[in-house]
Amino acid sequence: MSWVNSVVQGILVGGLYALFATGLSLAFGVMRFVNLAHGDLAILAAFFTLSLTKSTHLHPLVALLIVLPVAFLFGYLLQRLIFDRVVGVDPAYQIVATFGLGIVIQNLLLEKYTADTRGLNVGKLETASIKVNSQISIGWLPLITLLCAVGLLSGLALFISRTKTGRAFRATSDDLDAARLMGIDVRRVYTMAMALAIASVALAGVLLGSKGSFSPFSGPENLIYAFEAVIIGGLGSLWGTLAGGITLGIAQGVGSHIDPQWGQLAGHLVFLAVLATRPTGMFGKVEAR
Amino acid sequence: MSTAKVRRGTTASTVFAVVAALITIALVTLPSWGQPSTQRKIVELMTLIAMAQMWNLLAGFGGVVSVGQQAFVGLGAYSMIFFVNVHHHDLFWSVPLAALVAAVLAIPIGLVAFRLRGSYFAIGTWVLAEVCAKVIIIQKPLGAGDGASLKVSAYKAATRQDVVYWLALVVGVGAIALAYVVLRSTLGLQMQAIRDNEDGAKGLGVNVYRTRFIVWVLAAFWTGLAGAVYFIQQLRVQPVGPGGAFSVIAWTAPIIFIVVIGGLGTIEGPIIGAVVFYVLRDQFKDHQTVYLIGTGVVAIAVALLLQPGLWGTIRRRFGVDLFPLRRRVEPAKPD
Repeated sequence: MSWVNSVVQGILVGGLYALFATGLSLAFGVMRFVNLAHGDLAILAAFFTLSLTKSTHLHPLVALLIVLPVAFLFGYLLQRLIFDRVVGVDPAYQIVATFGLGIVIQNLLLEKYTADTRGLNVGKLETASIKVNSQISIGWLPLITLLCAVGLLSGLALFISRTKTGRAFRATSDDLDAARLMGIDVRRVYTMAMALAIASVALAGVLLGSKGSFSPFSGPENLIYAFEAVIIGGLGSLWGTLAGGITLGIAQGVGSHIDPQWGQLAGHLVFLAVLATRPTGMFGKVEAR
Repeated sequence: MSTAKVRRGTTASTVFAVVAALITIALVTLPSWGQPSTQRKIVELMTLIAMAQMWNLLAGFGGVVSVGQQAFVGLGAYSMIFFVNVHHHDLFWSVPLAALVAAVLAIPIGLVAFRLRGSYFAIGTWVLAEVCAKVIIIQKPLGAGDGASLKVSAYKAATRQDVVYWLALVVGVGAIALAYVVLRSTLGLQMQAIRDNEDGAKGLGVNVYRTRFIVWVLAAFWTGLAGAVYFIQQLRVQPVGPGGAFSVIAWTAPIIFIVVIGGLGTIEGPIIGAVVFYVLRDQFKDHQTVYLIGTGVVAIAVALLLQPGLWGTIRRRFGVDLFPLRRRVEPAKPD
């Protein structure tokens, strides 16, 4: 029975990983851009929310109403001011710029908030859960997180398949030059994609901070989980990202069940196994270029 | 009929060769006239130069951008713990063995990582380094999460310091020499061809995968060597955390900053970058956080403006090459 519980908890954690991975997947899908500061931006959002809730006494989940638009705008500016210059150039410059950004964010947070681990205070919600039976209980917060991931992915899927901007996203992703010839404002598409990516990762950061703890150096760990979820699920597949996140969550849950020290390693091993045997992932369409 | 000549050396490079030889002699004899504290600083500088030179060989010439070089630093350091503490091997002979372990493990790591390309390759190497750290953390004989101290009580402190110093010189100067020799060889030419135009290089018969893989393993060997030597001086090895052997912040972040600020894709760049980085880090000892923010901002700026770094700028302006890699064609004089 406790095995079932570790799988259930794994699925729930997988929701958070999927949420982290969505933005990474989106930016890669639309502009073949990988942001190594992705995890650090989530932590930045968590710290921003911490300060916001302290000064306004808002509930962290209510504060999202402010945090998400701010993150959207931040992503917009980030793309316009920094990332635009390194999209489509030698990946070395992309990596240096985004890796450098990550280090800068980490150390700015360290200066302002010290190296202590923090948590967002969500009150009773932190421990509230639905009791399924004596062994299994489903926490409300992880459930909300999973639902957020499903909601976000559904929304994105609809947006990409049904709207005019979504069509521009697909066109840019499929053939940049043809998209330009058809009069698509590629720069606008990139900016929109990055703004959405940053808003989604901010949501992930706030939910992470509500459920667990974070420090200025929690970013890279989450970037790694997001990346593993993307690769396991398959590049270029939105729903694959969810499947990848859940697979990773289950692997970690079952791994920790065997030995607490094995949790993260088990997740990594599943990732390596997928990469070694099926590099396009579970639902992947494109090769990791 | 007169033919054009291909020349590689320049006047600057000839003069520099003499200067470099003099600097090397001064460094080799330093233990007899310098301070032990200077020796310790040069050990750190030389290991940084070696690691930066290897990263530059991969990223600047081979188009292989790794964010997982800390894996090889850590494997080098922990192999030392394994050979010296667990198996009681000779401290100094364990150094090349440790580098060999890093190189051998670079093969399976590379086989997985090379399935990814570009930026995804970069994160992939990071994950693989993380996996190495996680595996080390559960090894009780190697000190698990707490780390371990190299057992060196059998060696006199002064002797150890001198030998470490000379080893570090071999590692640092050797890395520069290795990069120079590799880049002037066929392998180096193939690497640069791939970096400049991968499809074009393929068309000319370059085996892209094989070329990159060889450089990957070579860089792992030398990075492991540098890690092993560095930790003989430090003695204390920890897997993660500040200064940890597998810490991306402790190793790969400075390496990348050094190369990008010094000049990506030049042999001179990592040397200048390492000296600048090291001297400034020493100046800002008490403000490490601010210093890292500063170097990060500079690195971002260099990348955004697609700038060639310190040495690249000097080379562009004055056309000097201290390590001549380019072939200069001199037109034949008319008869």
